[in-house]
Amino acid sequence: MSIGRASADVIVIGGGIHGCSTALHCALRGLSVILIEKDHAGRHASGVNAGGVRQLARHVAEIPLSNASMAIWHHIEELVDDDCGFTSDGQVMVAENEADLANCRARVDDLNLRGFHHEELIDAKELREIVPAVSDDCPGGVISRGDGAAIPLRATQAFKLKAQSVGVDVREGVRVTRVERDGTNWRVVTDAGDFLSPRIVNAAGAWGDRIAADLDEPVPLEAVAPMLSITAPLPAFIKPVVILRGRKLSFKQFGNGTVLIGGGYLGRAIRDENRTILDWAKLGSNMKTVWDLFPIMRGASIVRSWAGIEGKTADDLPVFGRSAKHEGVYYQFGFSLHGFQLGPGAGAVMAEIIATGRSNVPIDGLGIERFAPAH
Amino acid sequence: MFRPMRDVASAAALNFTFDGRALQGRVGDTVAAALLANGITTCRETPVSGAPRAPYCLMGICFDCLVVIDGVGNRQGCLVPLTDGMAIETQHGRRHVEEVEA
Amino acid sequence: MTPLTDIGLLAERYDLVVVGAGPAGLSAAARAAELGLSVLLVDENPAPGGQIYRAITTTPVKDRAILGEDYWRGADIVGRFERAKASYAAGCTVWALGSDEAQPELFELGLSLGGKARMIAASQVILATGAQERPFPIPGWTLPGVMTAGAAQIALKGSGIVPAGRTVIAGCGPLLYLLASQLAAAGAEIVAVLDTTPKRNWSKALAAFPEFLRSPYLAKGLKLMAQTRRKLRFVSGVTGLAAKGEGALASATVERGGASETIACDTLLLHQGVIPGINLSSAAGCEHLFDSEQHCWVPRLDSWFASSVPGIAIAGDGAGIGGAESAALRGEVAAFDAARRLGRLTRDERDRQAAPIRAGLERTLRGRRFLDLLYKPALQFLAPKDETIVCRCEEVTAGQIRDTARRLGVTGPNQMKAFLRCGMGPCQGRLCGPTVVELISEVRGTSPAETGYYRLRPPVKPVTLAELAALPQTDGSVKAVVR
Repeated sequence: MSIGRASADVIVIGGGIHGCSTALHCALRGLSVILIEKDHAGRHASGVNAGGVRQLARHVAEIPLSNASMAIWHHIEELVDDDCGFTSDGQVMVAENEADLANCRARVDDLNLRGFHHEELIDAKELREIVPAVSDDCPGGVISRGDGAAIPLRATQAFKLKAQSVGVDVREGVRVTRVERDGTNWRVVTDAGDFLSPRIVNAAGAWGDRIAADLDEPVPLEAVAPMLSITAPLPAFIKPVVILRGRKLSFKQFGNGTVLIGGGYLGRAIRDENRTILDWAKLGSNMKTVWDLFPIMRGASIVRSWAGIEGKTADDLPVFGRSAKHEGVYYQFGFSLHGFQLGPGAGAVMAEIIATGRSNVPIDGLGIERFAPAH
Repeated sequence: MFRPMRDVASAAALNFTFDGRALQGRVGDTVAAALLANGITTCRETPVSGAPRAPYCLMGICFDCLVVIDGVGNRQGCLVPLTDGMAIETQHGRRHVEEVEA
Repeated sequence: MTPLTDIGLLAERYDLVVVGAGPAGLSAAARAAELGLSVLLVDENPAPGGQIYRAITTTPVKDRAILGEDYWRGADIVGRFERAKASYAAGCTVWALGSDEAQPELFELGLSLGGKARMIAASQVILATGAQERPFPIPGWTLPGVMTAGAAQIALKGSGIVPAGRTVIAGCGPLLYLLASQLAAAGAEIVAVLDTTPKRNWSKALAAFPEFLRSPYLAKGLKLMAQTRRKLRFVSGVTGLAAKGEGALASATVERGGASETIACDTLLLHQGVIPGINLSSAAGCEHLFDSEQHCWVPRLDSWFASSVPGIAIAGDGAGIGGAESAALRGEVAAFDAARRLGRLTRDERDRQAAPIRAGLERTLRGRRFLDLLYKPALQFLAPKDETIVCRCEEVTAGQIRDTARRLGVTGPNQMKAFLRCGMGPCQGRLCGPTVVELISEVRGTSPAETGYYRLRPPVKPVTLAELAALPQTDGSVKAVVR
């Protein structure tokens, strides 16, 4: 192993798409960066998620970050020299009944009032045109036309490789055990020695709460294991990614014909062992939803199911921004099952904040202070 | 391509079709063995390149003997016992999606 | 033995579920039932016997000499199981094995039988899923007309059929000679036996030769080898092999040192030894190690064949290649320990009753190391030429894997999947995993142990969406989190 540096302008903890993106963007701004990852880049949530790249159905607090990210996704190859398998065929949220559709309408109206126009209401006729295979009962939905999907591990690795090519010192297989003050620096203690930096970014995903707790800024974070399944190749029958308004489902057919089925049904995460356990009864519910919505899928064979380990906060929003207590500490974790799309943009915004002290992209409502105990 | 050896115990004949062609197998045959015994050289085309494939391992691990049996695709021919009247078809590339009765 | 032909007939729960009805599974199930355990034996094949005793109760092959006495010995093993008070589900696939969320002391198994899926529970599990032939990737091995030598043996045992036309058998390992002689006896026209055993293996294997002299393999093996060499065209020292043809096999191209020869043929049978099938044990969370002498991944087991997951034992060739005789004994040993874990035997009773079997087991394994060292495949057949398809499902070549490992610095097979999709087809890496690991190791200068193996995912065998959708469901929270 080559001897790398032991100190840098910035230390990023965590080699998911967020950590790799932030490291890359910091380096592009001329900062020296060490990235420390306990396994390998994209080993967990960033590498094994559904690969959805969506602005659709996001919490308003996340929309600015999501918009910034989407602009990057559409030119991803220019940034990381790899198209990351990104394709853009839109994402559709299907209303299964009139009550769902009314909720969709209210949502789109609200977004329009706030000045966001990426979500559009569609009626039954347009839904059928875009998703011909959908069950006849569905009265309409919402589409975000610029959305799409990418290949998660490939995207995360592309960010890592690009970061390395611009000088980021990536340390894989190195586990952070403690973070502590050392004069004006932060000392990051690992199983491969200590690292020093005035600035640290906690992008440790499902393990991010441990570092936050070390810094006396506890965040209630649950390590969860959202389950995904994939079928054997089927004839092409659907282009956009489909999610449901009422029930949990996300559904995507790849160019090779395989169909990815997810939606956030949770297995069990054992984060200290890097292990997840699937829950077949819940996967049964997942498949029943597909059965109901896409009769064409009923005879498909499922060749693989799996789950990644993700960090889910109590309010399903990420912890993003500066520490409320410490100079030089930044948080970027807890993306609660929808962080993949945000990675490219969140890294750019985080690097901007680190380098310049501010960003034009609003991140209100995402700060760690919301978890501080009331005094 | 295979042929029966000279000295085998007699067994009841089973009628089946392969892509519409009437063929015969024996009780105790798997679907894949019956196809081989009838001189069938290709049982599927791959979803990636459309290349022809035939049974390779006959023990359930290679998935090269996938065929459509009585309208249901992706069946492993080497694990399914042949039964009388079966309609077996070549699995062309991505298998066709049949609706299964609820 | 009670055959269960409908998945609805299975009990909710068994003391012991044994997976696989080869010699290990049959013996484990029989012994466990004799010890009073409630036992279910599940097997995906239509009849008991596994691969070695394939179709032992149904084979149409009448002349006993063709398959040999070692094969017919399987009848006794099946007979004992048939007399035991155990349940048996044939044609039943195990697609998941994990701990039961609601009752952590139990295992939950996902099974499919007759197009229906079901979850059942077991206190103990013995995996007796056996071995598979080591992948033998050569250019053209996906052509119709090329198959494994084991496949031809299965066709012979199961249906009494032999390859029609000119047949070439190629590879290495003790089974190669057996298969050649069985097929020849059954009337196949074997035009050549191509031996790929690397000549330099002999010097390495000689250290283990004294032990081999006391082995049960020796006499049998020498006889077979002499027969094969006398009766058939035998070509040793083969260093390169390719299958050629448009849409189907037409010939085999053989390299031997600098010389090259093309042999016209209708069937090419490949075999370079057997390795444990580890998909189910890996997906169940059992720890595996790379055995450098057998050159394959094997589960980490104690002397009772217990895996790193308490309550799951792995018997038979799945525990590391030992052959049929040792498989049956391993099954029994594992069954004794299952009874001990369930409190039906004390530790002392287990030890005492299992002692003679363990002694026999030691005898059956004698000499194995010599064979492992002698028949370790040559590097060019483990990490083949660039143009060779490695992943048969996704049609990924050795060249693509080498290039991706080199250019993108991919360190292991799990990352390789994301770039090339190798291992993501229905066979779940069974036919490409060892080769992908070998190629990455070659590029990176690491050992297979350092490179690691695929993280295997359930369903271990594909299951239909319809089967899963019909499983009993917990209400769970099916409501979407939307804004």
